[in-house]
Amino acid sequence: MKIAVCIKRVPDMDVRFKIAAIGNAVDEVGLKFDMNDFDSWAVEAALQIKDKDPATEVVVVSLGTDAVQETIRKALAMGADRGVELKSAQIPFDGFVIAKAIAAELKDGGFDLILFGKQSADSSNGVVGAMVGELLGMPVVTGISKLDIAGHTGSAKREIEGGQEFVEFPLPAVLTIDQGLNIARYPALKGIMAAKKKPLDVKPVQLGEPSVTVIQMELPAERAPGRIIGEGAAAVPELVGLLQTEAKVL
Amino acid sequence: MANVFAFAETRNGELRKIGLEAVTAARAVAGATGGQVDAFIAGAPGVVSLSSQLAKYGADTVIVAEHAGFDKYNPEAIAAIVADRVRAGGYRVAIFPTSALGSDLAPRVAAKLGVGLVTDVTAITLQDGAVIVKHPVNIGKVLATVKLAATPALVAIRANMFTPVDKPHAGTVERAEPIGDPAASRVVVKEVKMGGGTKLDLGEAPVIVSGGRGLKGPENFHLIEELAAAFGNAAVGATRVVTDEGWRPHSDQIGQTGRLVSPQLYVAVGISGAIQHLAGMRTSKTIVAINKDKEAPIFKIADYGIVGDLFEIVPALIAAVKEAKARG
Ligand SMILES: Cc1cc2nc3c(=O)[nH]c(=O)nc-3n(C[C@H](O)[C@H](O)[C@H](O)COP(=O)(O)OP(=O)(O)OC[C@H]3O[C@@H](n4cnc5c(N)ncnc54)[C@H](O)[C@@H]3O)c2cc1C
Ligand SMILES: Nc1ncnc2c1ncn2[C@@H]1O[C@H](COP(=O)(O)O)[C@@H](O)[C@H]1O
Repeated sequence: MKIAVCIKRVPDMDVRFKIAAIGNAVDEVGLKFDMNDFDSWAVEAALQIKDKDPATEVVVVSLGTDAVQETIRKALAMGADRGVELKSAQIPFDGFVIAKAIAAELKDGGFDLILFGKQSADSSNGVVGAMVGELLGMPVVTGISKLDIAGHTGSAKREIEGGQEFVEFPLPAVLTIDQGLNIARYPALKGIMAAKKKPLDVKPVQLGEPSVTVIQMELPAERAPGRIIGEGAAAVPELVGLLQTEAKVL
Repeated sequence: MANVFAFAETRNGELRKIGLEAVTAARAVAGATGGQVDAFIAGAPGVVSLSSQLAKYGADTVIVAEHAGFDKYNPEAIAAIVADRVRAGGYRVAIFPTSALGSDLAPRVAAKLGVGLVTDVTAITLQDGAVIVKHPVNIGKVLATVKLAATPALVAIRANMFTPVDKPHAGTVERAEPIGDPAASRVVVKEVKMGGGTKLDLGEAPVIVSGGRGLKGPENFHLIEELAAAFGNAAVGATRVVTDEGWRPHSDQIGQTGRLVSPQLYVAVGISGAIQHLAGMRTSKTIVAINKDKEAPIFKIADYGIVGDLFEIVPALIAAVKEAKARG
């Protein structure tokens, strides 16, 4: 098997963001960056296949500045075989621009599976995986939380509103990974050492013109500060009163 | 004049609320410019009967794709018809739902048309001919204003942001034939399992009652269900701890890696308020929190907090809500 996993470097979300002076981006000073969570589950999914069939090759691909090498090394430390940096001046917001660059890279790679995260935490768009699948003319299944591969067919579970869909598809295929599929392994010290020697190709890419651009960013209106109305069951009548008269939801 | 396409999602022969919301959003965009709204529905034979509902919310034309193979979601066949209709229709904007189905469909259509797409959109405007949308980024901690330059501009709206409004239009039915054989699709939905009866969907429910680890085990979730039942129009949600433990199905999880919801009322019971949970519910109109730890972060965003033991408070609240409802 040959598997590609597309991973994005995103800021750690556990912070108070500031808007940069240019007004349409967040200020990156002081932010920590890591692999997008969904993408770490995609890497894990590939590695679990490799665990069963060691002949499997797992290639991780990340588009961005040289800073993405750190993200790629993390995936290599987890156990991926080699990395590809699609080197660009920045990571555009337009997922279609990213998808075209990734599709061009993977087109002739002979991959049986191409894995993506369901969505990236920063752009919160959830579009790149399915777009790459369409561009490559491959079957696509999005948002999977269970996966079985038997020979040249796969079956997967997708969470839908209030239930689940069970889907079958032929390989090669593009899949986007939801949470629940697995828990990502941590790179072990041995893996971290080994990762330093694994191949990481740097390939400059020329990105297309974006058709969607961020023109402004702002911090959403803060909620009014929380209010504790009382303690224990004694506070229930007041709560119900407030829900009726103030919030008008009852 | 801006003509707008709206994908009106159906399931099991019924319109989903977000389907009406897509038509409402389309009507608002088209209306400002004297444009026309074409709503699209796909489903098993008989789904055409939903056209009148779409007309009521503002569809001038209802494009209907009926086929026995559309009783379940058929991603490849539906994407092919939709891309074809959107390409041929010369629309300024095409609106999709951000839902399990819409989030699968819209990027396929975007790639077929060779344009970008913005999902989880909370507002759409036309300014000097440019399509400008609001789209939360960084797990909702930052709000982006995004410009879509291509025609058509593809957007997928977030649920509960465009309240369906009655705006009757003709709703003339037009048929769309499948492109190729729907049975030849490579990706096939074999089975759909729905969790438990007529339960309201989290994305559509006006009230959500959610339980966290404070419930201590699945055997106590009847408290959450009874409180939801007392409100009458409520769905049950949960934190990741709860779904990971298997106390509730994964589809109930609210948060960064689960569902994003913004109901009128969100009741958080035994939930600490971790940022990943808040990311999924902080835009709720009114938030109630019940937690025994007065330092729990959930109280920082709760409009009404009660400190104390949920096992004492929730039964009292169930009784009080029932009584308030009974009094009307
Ligand atoms: C990458 C990543 C993604 C994540 N995504 C999500 C997500 O999408 N959604 C999500 O919810 N979480 C998510 N999490 C997990 C999140 O960080 C928290 O661990 C989780 O939300 C905590 O769930 P909880 O509030 O139920 O449990 P806890 O944090 O353990 O809180 C339980 C609360 O119950 C209270 N309590 C206990 N007993 C009682 C009682 N008798 N009466 C009243 N109160 C009581 C306690 O005071 C406590 O505040 C994610 C984490 C990571 C790392
Ligand atoms: N710059 C990137 N490099 C590599 N993969 C990416 C990049 N951006 C997005 N992806 C992949 O596409 C998925 C969906 O991203 P998005 O459409 O931005 O939400 C991510 O989870 C990644 O798997």
